Amino acid sequence: MDTKLKNYIVKENGDIILNMGPQHPSTHGVLRLEVVLKGETVKQVVPHIGYIHRGIEKMCEYDTYKQIIHLTDRMDYLSAHMNNEAVCLLVENALGIEVPERVKYIRVVLDELTRIASHQLWWSAYGMDLGALTAFFYGMRDRERILDIFEESFGSRLLHSFNTPGGLMHDVHPNFQKHTMEFVKYFRKKLPEYHQLLTDNVIFRNRTQGIGVMSKETAIAYGVTGPSGRGSGYSCDVRKIAPYGVYDQLEFEEIIYDEGDSFARYMVRMKEIEQSLNIIEQAVDKITDGPYTAKVKPIIKLPEGEYYQRVETARGELGVYVVSDGKKFPYRMHFRSPNFNNLFVLNTIAKGHLIADLVAISGSLDLVIPDIDR
Amino acid sequence: MKSNEELIKYFTELLPDAQIQEGKQFVEITVALDKWHETAKTLAQCDLKFDFLVNITAVDYLPKFMIVCHLTSTTTRDFIVLKTFIEDRDNPTIDSLYDIWPTAEFQEREIFDMFGIKFNNHPDLRRLFLEDDYGYPLRKDFKDEINMIELKN
Repeated sequence: MDTKLKNYIVKENGDIILNMGPQHPSTHGVLRLEVVLKGETVKQVVPHIGYIHRGIEKMCEYDTYKQIIHLTDRMDYLSAHMNNEAVCLLVENALGIEVPERVKYIRVVLDELTRIASHQLWWSAYGMDLGALTAFFYGMRDRERILDIFEESFGSRLLHSFNTPGGLMHDVHPNFQKHTMEFVKYFRKKLPEYHQLLTDNVIFRNRTQGIGVMSKETAIAYGVTGPSGRGSGYSCDVRKIAPYGVYDQLEFEEIIYDEGDSFARYMVRMKEIEQSLNIIEQAVDKITDGPYTAKVKPIIKLPEGEYYQRVETARGELGVYVVSDGKKFPYRMHFRSPNFNNLFVLNTIAKGHLIADLVAISGSLDLVIPDIDR
Repeated sequence: MKSNEELIKYFTELLPDAQIQEGKQFVEITVALDKWHETAKTLAQCDLKFDFLVNITAVDYLPKFMIVCHLTSTTTRDFIVLKTFIEDRDNPTIDSLYDIWPTAEFQEREIFDMFGIKFNNHPDLRRLFLEDDYGYPLRKDFKDEINMIELKN
């Protein structure tokens, strides 16, 4: 057979070069992993990205700050609300806009609902990656409830673009608090099912425990943040180390596991769901009556200078860097995306494992490809 | 965590050649291009131990480029900004920080892709997102006559 027709190459020393992706189901998007194999063992992983590069940073240079909000949704679509909030907080801090109390608490509730929805989708898909198809239906069933809350208030389920500099686009639905509390009550009952189904499963444990061990030093050196970093014992929760919004007035724990393997990263996310439920319970009661936005000029111009804002998304630390020259468009806008840094640690932690484990490792990093490419 | 005044005092002693000022949010350290790698190494090994490179990116101030780093310490949580300027527009070159913070390898590849800035001692300097013959889109003088619509305001 002609080598060009094969989807792999065999080198002279017996190494096999195989492409995983860009259409491989386990990558959850258009990511191509060029894997160098010795038999079944992974020798090297070279990620190839850029398949859905849209030039968001260049587009931002021709958009007003209010328009940029809608672009940030499209980076990490599963933490759309936090991405919006990052740009909003940056503009608010730069102009010294005081956001109403009501808005701050609504934002926290939405942040945590988004985080739970994101972790539920990840949990579902991770089970599916490892061959446990039932998990997918359980996760999706409960995620639907959160999306219904979103749909009721914003009219959209995934990319809601609900934040705007100074507050919210419009007020939430009158039933928002009631339905959120109903969801918290419902999901607290359902969460033990998740643990029965996947966490305590022997096959699942054998496939994740001790697989893809990332030391704390590796996590710090490669800039791994979010649940993946915290699974390696590295305390990196921006909500704790550089609090924004009202996170400093709420009680919650930063979940840290020291093992650093895929199972530790899994457990961090599962425990984070519980913490998010706690935060929602505290914050929902504090949503007071009041305006849903502060007064902001229709065209926002930031004073000349450089700004940086850090926010904790469902996958790690998102940084927004803006250089303003005093005009209505930013001079330069850069997003430090968490997934970009989380992806490139893959080569280090997957080396020496079997190719089947590569799926378990890349799944445990919870990558969202549009956030990498931007 | 130290206040900005304390940090300025600390860095004035640590880095006598650098220009240290308080920015809008953080302390900003500006160094000469040839001191870039040396300063980064000093910061990574000093008492505050800036071991986490949060972000490294470039800004095109026609005709020169600015490289900007956001650094933080995982022990003391101090957050600082490190900057330098590249004057040579035709052949912009700077030392890679890959040996100090491995995460720089990929963020520098992105800068090379978007601005065409070359990094000395970089292990794998290839384009990251775009094709080899595409221009450098985040340069301010980049023109894509086929796909870009000019705004007149």
